[in-house]
Amino acid sequence: MLTACLLLAAAVFAIGLFGVLTRRNAVGILLGIELMLNAVNINLVAFARFGGTVAGWVLALFTIAVTVTEVAVGLAIVIVIFRVRRTVDADHLSLLRG
Amino acid sequence: MSPAGLGLGVLAVIVLGASLGVVLARNLFHSVLWLALALVGTAGLFLLLHAEFLAAVQVLLYAGGVVTIVVFAIMLTERLVGESIRQMNRGVAWGAAAAGGVFVALAGAILRARPGRAPATGLDTAALGRAVLTEWVLSFELLGILLVAALLGALYLARTEE
Repeated sequence: MLTACLLLAAAVFAIGLFGVLTRRNAVGILLGIELMLNAVNINLVAFARFGGTVAGWVLALFTIAVTVTEVAVGLAIVIVIFRVRRTVDADHLSLLRG
Repeated sequence: MSPAGLGLGVLAVIVLGASLGVVLARNLFHSVLWLALALVGTAGLFLLLHAEFLAAVQVLLYAGGVVTIVVFAIMLTERLVGESIRQMNRGVAWGAAAAGGVFVALAGAILRARPGRAPATGLDTAALGRAVLTEWVLSFELLGILLVAALLGALYLARTEE
């Protein structure tokens, strides 16, 4: 059962990575990051269940809270970028390219 | 097959299918709805692993909070109907190769380690509360400061200049 949970988390992580690498819309990239962090939470909760320590739960709780802040700040940045450039397509956001 | 194994199989199908929907949907708004399904499926997985409190947190914060603010961001940056909400993927072959490589590496490590353990007992929400307020209290308070700082920062960034 632990192996199955870990394999499921690995698959979700890989799917999220695929989204991060291939999405062009900045919000779409953020959704991929969400999936990857969610996969980490599955791992942590499974380890807590089968390792017999509460640390996995605590870390999962922290991950969830940090993810919420990450999404809030990330989306605020996306909104600012949209206000300035009128697009959130990551391919067009090359302002910092040297 | 045991009831727990059956539940795990059903939830795995839901979570994997919804995750694929998130990264493949053409419509960005549909992506967010798939994400909500994936997160609720993960909450079900937490219930199966006897982490009831985390399942509740997952539904409230992720499926409730995160999905709501993402929908708001989409409404602010795209028109909900029409062409602008369509999104394309680029470099699908390279992305699939990289993601597949990562999955094969992870799965290989997991299967080599063969972590076979019986489920632990004696873990409940009371133990989580005690751990958070004793052993992990410093990290917990820092997390509160981080939340306030990040939300104020997001508010400052997204406000209109007037």
